[in-house]
Amino acid sequence: MSDIPAELKYAATHEWARLEEDGTVTVGISDHAQSALGDVVYIEAPEMGLTVAAQDEAGVVESVKAASDIYAPVGGTVCAVNEALTDSPEIVNQDPYGDGWFFKLTPTDPADLVELLDAEGYAEVCADED
Amino acid sequence: MADKTPLFDAHLDAGGKMVDFAGWMMPVNYGSQIEEHTAVRSDAGMFDVSHMTIVDIDGPDAQGFLRKVIANDVAVLEENQALYSAALNAHGGILDDLIVYRLAKGYRCVVNASTREKMLDWFEGQAMVNMRIEHKPQVMLAIQGPAAIDKLLVATDLESLDIKPFYAATHGDWLIGRTGYTGEDGVEVMLPAEQGIDLWHNLLQAGVKPAGLGARDTLRLEAGLNLYGQDMDETKSPLVSNIGWTVAWEPAERAFIGRYALQQEREAVSHRLTGIVLEDKGILRHDQPVQTDAGPGLVTSGTYSPTLQRSIGLVRVPVDAGEHCTVEIRGAAKKARLVKPPFVRKGKILVN
Repeated sequence: MSDIPAELKYAATHEWARLEEDGTVTVGISDHAQSALGDVVYIEAPEMGLTVAAQDEAGVVESVKAASDIYAPVGGTVCAVNEALTDSPEIVNQDPYGDGWFFKLTPTDPADLVELLDAEGYAEVCADED
Repeated sequence: MADKTPLFDAHLDAGGKMVDFAGWMMPVNYGSQIEEHTAVRSDAGMFDVSHMTIVDIDGPDAQGFLRKVIANDVAVLEENQALYSAALNAHGGILDDLIVYRLAKGYRCVVNASTREKMLDWFEGQAMVNMRIEHKPQVMLAIQGPAAIDKLLVATDLESLDIKPFYAATHGDWLIGRTGYTGEDGVEVMLPAEQGIDLWHNLLQAGVKPAGLGARDTLRLEAGLNLYGQDMDETKSPLVSNIGWTVAWEPAERAFIGRYALQQEREAVSHRLTGIVLEDKGILRHDQPVQTDAGPGLVTSGTYSPTLQRSIGLVRVPVDAGEHCTVEIRGAAKKARLVKPPFVRKGKILVN
């Protein structure tokens, strides 16, 4: 059973999102996703300043096995990317909800987070895939 | 419903993450593919390859049959010697690649899991009068790595293992071949199911690490070995698949299937399959387009190489392609370089 923290929001495409106190939204991939991908070996982060709509492609994560797109869980502008992942992509496997975050967005409308799944809803998505 | 090998429960016990591969539930990894890969390069790992198709062929026509259906020549084999070959269609396209062992009585072929039905049908269709073809499911374990043989001796009642590369020996009900798909020393053991389960557990006790299909793929790619269905298929001949060396042209009168087409192609071979190293960041994958100074090519296999810690692959390019090329990854042209495979052999990196 994978780890699904209750305080986060989730997309059915396996990204998690967390609204920070400064109003930005941090995005990463779930424990379920990193486990399914296997050893992560390469991250293609979105460009700083890129504006995306919810569900737009916003980067790629590659494991030894396969490449997988990362989608923006909410619309916004990319205001930070996790540069530590460039040289140490394995952090995504080790700490998917902490140091393994991908990027931060300044959301177009913070209310969009409401549209995302809560932990319980996301657990059902994962269960359906297993 | 996918088939299970006799080791299915053993994989679950070892934490195997099971996936459907060619109709078989097989472990893709047991946690970390990279750790399993490294174990094989530095120590010893084992793979359940019982999904592969073992076919025994005997009778007075067995040799004549194999000299017709495969491009390499089994007539040169001594007892217990093995060879690698392609089986071709009349157009010289590769139906499958296989290993053939010459045994005391007849021959044993090991063909791919993904081509089982096709090859069994093909063999039946080409069969001669005085021969028998028997599909013989067994457990097949590949034990690979610099410490593989030492650990095999610890795990079994074998006192020594005096088998040259690409030779085999029998031991009770077992056939032990000094073969593999990793670029490391090791063996592949074929044996009855119950004994195979015992051997698996004894090897575990001896410290051999279970390795899944994921590690098997990165190891074979570092070793520069083709995967059927990916690097070669029925539309490609051995001459454009880096296995031209397996075609036995002599004696000239041996009329193996595909020979005539191959002779025509040989006069003007258009492409070659070779290695590629990505210089820019990113990961090479199957089907990415390549541009060379001699025209376009295609990545046939690509991955992240745990040993080189960068992306490597196999690529089919025009024969005259120079060293420097670009690969299109998600619309961007990335710098890459053609190199002669293998990338890694016996733990050593062989390319710059």
